[in-house]
Amino acid sequence: MKQMIYNKERSENIGRSKEWLRNIRSFLLLILLLFVILAANICVGSVNVPLSEVWNILRGLAGNEVYRDIVMQIRLPRALAAIVLGGALSLSGYLLQTFFHNPIAGPYTLGISSGAKLAVSLLLILFLGQAYRISSVGMILAAFAGAMLAMGFVLLMSRVVDQMYMLIVSGVMIGYICSAITDFVVTFADDANIVNLHNWSRGSFSGIQWENIGVMAIVVFSASFLVFLLSKPISAYQMGEAYAGNMGLNIRRFRAVLVLLSSVLSACVTAFAGPVSFVGIAVPHLVKALLQTAKPILMIPACFLGGGVFCLFCDLLARTLFAPTELAINTVTAIFGAPVVIFIMIYRKREVV
Amino acid sequence: MKDEYYFWTEGLTVGYRGIPLVKNVELQLKKGEILTLIGPNGAGKTTILKSIIRQLSPIAGTVYLDGRQTAQMTGKELSRCLSVVLTERVRPELMTCRDVVATGRYPYTGRFGVLGEQDHRAVEEAMELVQIRELSDRDFAKISDGQRQRVMLARAVCQEPDILVLDEPTSFLDIKYKLEFLSVLQQLKRSGKLTVIMSLHELDLAERISDRIACIRKDRIDRFGTPEEIFVPGYIPQLYDMTSGSYDERTGNIELEPAKGRPQIFVLAGNGTGTCIYRRLQREGIPFATGILWENDLDIPAARALAAEVITEKAFCSLKEETLERAGKRMDDCSRVICTLDPETLGDFGKGQKELYLRAEALGKLTSLF
Repeated sequence: MKQMIYNKERSENIGRSKEWLRNIRSFLLLILLLFVILAANICVGSVNVPLSEVWNILRGLAGNEVYRDIVMQIRLPRALAAIVLGGALSLSGYLLQTFFHNPIAGPYTLGISSGAKLAVSLLLILFLGQAYRISSVGMILAAFAGAMLAMGFVLLMSRVVDQMYMLIVSGVMIGYICSAITDFVVTFADDANIVNLHNWSRGSFSGIQWENIGVMAIVVFSASFLVFLLSKPISAYQMGEAYAGNMGLNIRRFRAVLVLLSSVLSACVTAFAGPVSFVGIAVPHLVKALLQTAKPILMIPACFLGGGVFCLFCDLLARTLFAPTELAINTVTAIFGAPVVIFIMIYRKREVV
Repeated sequence: MKDEYYFWTEGLTVGYRGIPLVKNVELQLKKGEILTLIGPNGAGKTTILKSIIRQLSPIAGTVYLDGRQTAQMTGKELSRCLSVVLTERVRPELMTCRDVVATGRYPYTGRFGVLGEQDHRAVEEAMELVQIRELSDRDFAKISDGQRQRVMLARAVCQEPDILVLDEPTSFLDIKYKLEFLSVLQQLKRSGKLTVIMSLHELDLAERISDRIACIRKDRIDRFGTPEEIFVPGYIPQLYDMTSGSYDERTGNIELEPAKGRPQIFVLAGNGTGTCIYRRLQREGIPFATGILWENDLDIPAARALAAEVITEKAFCSLKEETLERAGKRMDDCSRVICTLDPETLGDFGKGQKELYLRAEALGKLTSLF
């Protein structure tokens, strides 16, 4: 009998350590991918910079001036932005999926990105004429206001509709309305800065400055840290509200915090890169498949890493595939993200039946 | 109140959006007792349970647990002494049954919810107790409803509560799992002094497992008491506003509406042999009479519910001449007779029946079945 108990315990321990091994492997894979694709992003382009040269530049050693400018002023900030913003998007998507218990919820499908886009473009057009320069913080605040507005609509809708696909449809509609208004104002705006605005409103990681990186990193990292602190309540919430309530979770407060954090994250992305589609939906599912678990404590950091990898990869393709013509980031994210969504829907349906 | 009871409510009024559904609920329960709520669909059993577990705030009144108002406890405090099994379907992703059970440890784990040695042990013990060890590594999404319900019970158990609240825990279970599930509850109650509040649809099970039963009918607690106090003749049909069929409180026997009309068949039965014939005649819609049954015969509940007339003799008394005469008369009125008794085995107390049998045979009324 004792032997049996001992064996049982041992097999549990083996099971647990196997899980650990798999988790460590998954995280190592993500980190490795991140570095490889980051290096590719910095090296590859209209001018190819050798890796050794990049290493020297990063260490601050004197080198080719042209290379230095390309790496330090253009490619590195852009790649870092892709990582930070990609991570933010994917995390925001993960939170929204948790919140609505809906596998295809995301900042883009729920219209939150478009709401933020509308608010930012209104702000830009209003102030461009008056030659003010809007700071990063101002952009984020405007985007946050827009995101919260769209989120408010979605929350109202979620009270009325109880089918999860209806919620997505209403989110997409809100997105269309916001985009239409944005297009409308852009059409009638002063044409001097339109080109930039137009590019931005289609979603792009180009033109990111170091100053932007600082602000976005502070906002995204602090929000992500808070999300990580929420990993225990999120795990309770995954069991449904009734059970979570019985576990001692203050549901109302938790939901409010979740809405705020996911809005901050997606607003930050929109403020700098415009609305970026599919990252928020696709990445959490890809990461979940990789980890083979939905435990928030693992999912949250993995989503962030995965979002970074995904956006870096998509941005690399957007820049280089048809160089010198640059694709919109959404073109690439859609090609890789949309099939994931379709797969989820088919797989889900089978599971439910 | 405080010394005597572990759980009680005072003037509890529950409902949704300020509209009362059940008013002035007064329940009292000692530690280690099982309380069952019964009553018709939509009467408010679930609403009361939801209010007790604080998922719904009561419109008025107070719930006391171990002398304290639950409304004044923090979520964590409450979760450490009260756990639940609800009807809500959980569909967690990529979780093994062990993972689901482990969510019960939530109130005891730290900031990030990482399980310690003690938590792991509690999880294993709970699974052992509910006998779902073999499920522990299976995907929760891919097990049967019955298994899922037991996993949720193990989850509630490893939360180490003093009181367990279950909403229709047996509804999706087949008879085997129903009995197993309730046996586990009873075992928990006996071993750990666990107090249980639940709602059940199965009256027979409620009667057997409950120490106290509360009957909810038309916006109030209609009756609250021990099973003996609740299952008195005539009460259950009244509680459920039953308009057809019957329920026998003493045996838990339920029957459909009997066929109406003048009896066409006389069933010579007894010792439980007649019940299935009665039901068959009910299905065919044929009115019948039956006898001679002593009042303590096994056939009595079904006969009383289904037969147009039952010829009975008082329990513990020998057959009276007049009873036999009455039975004979009734038999003569019927065109056919079915005998479910073996005339060869009728002893001293079956002389009357044997007489009737021979008479039916002589008249050529005896039918084998139909």
